[in-house]
Amino acid sequence: MALLIEQALNGVQLGFTLFLLAAGLTLIFGIMGVINLAHGSLFMIGAYAAALTAAKTGSFLIAFPVGLVCAAIAGMVIEFLVVRRLYARDHLDQVLATFGLILFFNQMTIILFGRQPLFVEIPSWLEGSIPIVAGVQYPLYRFVIILVGLLTAVGLYFLIARTRIGMLIRAGATNRDMVRALGVDIKLLYTIVFGLGAMLAGLAGIMTGPISAVQVGMGEHVLILTFVVIIIGGVGSIKGAFAGALIVGVVDTMMRAFLPALMRHLMASGSEADALAGGISAMGVYLLMAIVLLIKPKGLLPAHG
Amino acid sequence: MADIQNTVHKVAPAKPKNVRSHLLIAQLIVLLAVLPYLANLFGQPALVSLATRIIILAIAAASLNLIMGYAGLASFGHAAWYGLGGYVVGILYRHSVTGDPLFGLPIGSDQMLITVPAAILIAGLFAAIFGSLSLRTSGVQFIMITLAFAQMIFFFFVALKAYGGDDGLIIRRRNALPGLDTRDAMVWYWICLGVAILWYALLSRIVASRFGRILVGVRQSERRMAAMGVRTYPYKLVAFVIAGMGGGLAGALMANHMRFVSPDMLHWTQSGEFMFMVILGGAGTLLGPAFGAAVLIGLETVLAAWTEHWQVILGPILVLAILFTRGGLSGLVRLVRGGRDD
Amino acid sequence: MTDVLLQVEGLRKRFGGVAATDNLTLDVRAGEVHALIGPNGAGKTTFITQLMGELTPDAGSVRFAGQPLEGLDTAARVRLGIARTFQITQTLDEETAQANVALTIQAHQGHSFRFWKNAATDPSLNEPARRLLADAGLAARRNVQVRDMSHGEHKQLELAMALASEPRLLLLDEPMAGLGVSESRQMIDALKTLKGRIAILLVEHDMDAVFALADRISVLVYGKVIATGTAQEIQADPQVRAAYLGEGDA
Repeated sequence: MALLIEQALNGVQLGFTLFLLAAGLTLIFGIMGVINLAHGSLFMIGAYAAALTAAKTGSFLIAFPVGLVCAAIAGMVIEFLVVRRLYARDHLDQVLATFGLILFFNQMTIILFGRQPLFVEIPSWLEGSIPIVAGVQYPLYRFVIILVGLLTAVGLYFLIARTRIGMLIRAGATNRDMVRALGVDIKLLYTIVFGLGAMLAGLAGIMTGPISAVQVGMGEHVLILTFVVIIIGGVGSIKGAFAGALIVGVVDTMMRAFLPALMRHLMASGSEADALAGGISAMGVYLLMAIVLLIKPKGLLPAHG
Repeated sequence: MADIQNTVHKVAPAKPKNVRSHLLIAQLIVLLAVLPYLANLFGQPALVSLATRIIILAIAAASLNLIMGYAGLASFGHAAWYGLGGYVVGILYRHSVTGDPLFGLPIGSDQMLITVPAAILIAGLFAAIFGSLSLRTSGVQFIMITLAFAQMIFFFFVALKAYGGDDGLIIRRRNALPGLDTRDAMVWYWICLGVAILWYALLSRIVASRFGRILVGVRQSERRMAAMGVRTYPYKLVAFVIAGMGGGLAGALMANHMRFVSPDMLHWTQSGEFMFMVILGGAGTLLGPAFGAAVLIGLETVLAAWTEHWQVILGPILVLAILFTRGGLSGLVRLVRGGRDD
Repeated sequence: MTDVLLQVEGLRKRFGGVAATDNLTLDVRAGEVHALIGPNGAGKTTFITQLMGELTPDAGSVRFAGQPLEGLDTAARVRLGIARTFQITQTLDEETAQANVALTIQAHQGHSFRFWKNAATDPSLNEPARRLLADAGLAARRNVQVRDMSHGEHKQLELAMALASEPRLLLLDEPMAGLGVSESRQMIDALKTLKGRIAILLVEHDMDAVFALADRISVLVYGKVIATGTAQEIQADPQVRAAYLGEGDA
């Protein structure tokens, strides 16, 4: 039982990490109509910037904002140099141009920091476990990731629903000319939104650093998982991203945790059971995506219009 | 109704253009056929292997072009069919060596006439399954979902430890073909060239056929196709399956060429490269993908000879190509094209 | 009772709080030209998209030649014999005019799972396509790419394409919109030649065209048919005068 709760929480934690990525990606897609493959690179940049800063200064509190700022700046530079020229293009051009960016960022990271993964320590004040329910301990750091994700979700909701910039974002998505008529510099607005999305990706990267290896290619794996989240949740919908992320996080984690034992129970040969379970759990979320697609081709909570 | 009769034009249009492009294609085939001799003449025998690789990739790219260039369906998962084709060859070879049964059947072969058709069929079968789901979406969702499904197949083979998992499968001997020595680099080159010519000829027929006209219409306006009374889904699905079969064919040849298969063949960057070959050469043109494959692989080879970090240069080149040329070499290719608008 | 080809009863469609189609009832008889007029935003195009099955109505029924159309997609309705033109023309812009018409004929001939024979040189497609283009006055323009054609030519081409599927019912969504005087006259003449052979539901703002062609006229206001009758009856109807003709643009 304790294991079940712990694994469920691990799934929620992965879910919130995916939500940070999916929210940024879907925000950018919903408003600018751009599909940005290099979103995973921004995740990586956030993780590297924080990891290197933490290694130099020994302080997570310094590393954290540095990671955010680096990811946001990288995002805005990408927007200014490349993505800005892709708003009027079809999605295929957007995919290919940002694919070129991934090649560049990955190789640049290898040149600068090598192929060896960086390991980041959990800051001492976030080490240890806390009791969740009677008899169940959960690592504090992972719990903090859940909290940060939750706070970000709430913050995003208020930003979009309640603030002036949120109003412009909503208006900009449906009517560029109207926003322009209000005297708003839409180019600047887009750059800011892109920077915001990049910062969310960077945040996910920073938080992921201490619980997994920071290495080249980390962005792409999680990017494709983020696509699955968006397809399940519904393209362009933040609510959908939230629901999809939690579903994918929990399903993926639970299958990896419990399928091998279940299969060993059912099958005679232990090694074959492990191999099969490994294969199925690696494919699990994709199968889930296929099922959702069969029932609701537009995703669980599609954006309106 | 009075003016029906006074216009009976019987002039067949564009004959000279057809003759010219047929001539160019004939010249190209002759040039490709003698290429191994030229390579040896200039003391570059390694060129034969590189050219074989380009030809095989050109088969895969042309298949992707059928759906992406002609029908406008941007699949980001083409490497799945390519990799599946490769694995069919690898797995059949493994069983022909060990003699172990597969699914309880005494399956296993190192005969090209068996392995390659098997690869084509298996790839087509899976393309039918995943295509039928993916084609329920369109636009950016279609891009994402084809990528995600390909990734699923990638993870399947990574987890498939029985066939090497991450490390892949080594094929010690190239599949045999009766009467031909496939282990000879030049013979192997000609085999691949012959297969490629056949595949391109087949695609050129398909593209010009009634079926092909429907695909071209789908790209331009789904709404108009519906107003014509055409339900487009089955046509898109069949095109998707044909593209998958072509990918499987290319993968089967590549597995033989490298004598090795691994999940790398299924990697999403491979799908991205196929898309670039189509776009660089000119989407929706018959020979475009072949030129695109040659340009991309040529560029990679040149850059890789220069620096191990060639991707740091290739990436920006590709970005610039997309931003500023809108389809790269397609202007050139249009001269010799056989497709798009008659 | 005259032979009714299209029977629409109690059709409703709401978008949010707005009723785009509000209990709409209307019929088109075999061979007649039935004009549908109404101010901008009356829901004419929304009505056509529902007839074509692109949009699903919230309530009501549509029967074509006695057969209920519910659940049929656009392609199936076209195959039953309904064809349309678009207010904003929808053509295959990278193709020639002839290729556009030929593809429509191809679609009408049955399935297109034919992979081998060259379709561009198929006389069973090209010859009727040429005939239809000649009828539409586009004989000299048949090898021109559609994107290079004028607005008026697009309208003529769409009519030729609609006729290529040999429909029993034509839905024309503002075929005169944006046409010059002589182009309009040409279009009216072309439609007159169809009169009696093919039933037409004509959505149109151009009242000269409506009075020249229509056997009956229905007036649509806020998604509701407020009157149906001959030209004289409609012009005399006080409700119509208040709601529509009084608005000035007719």
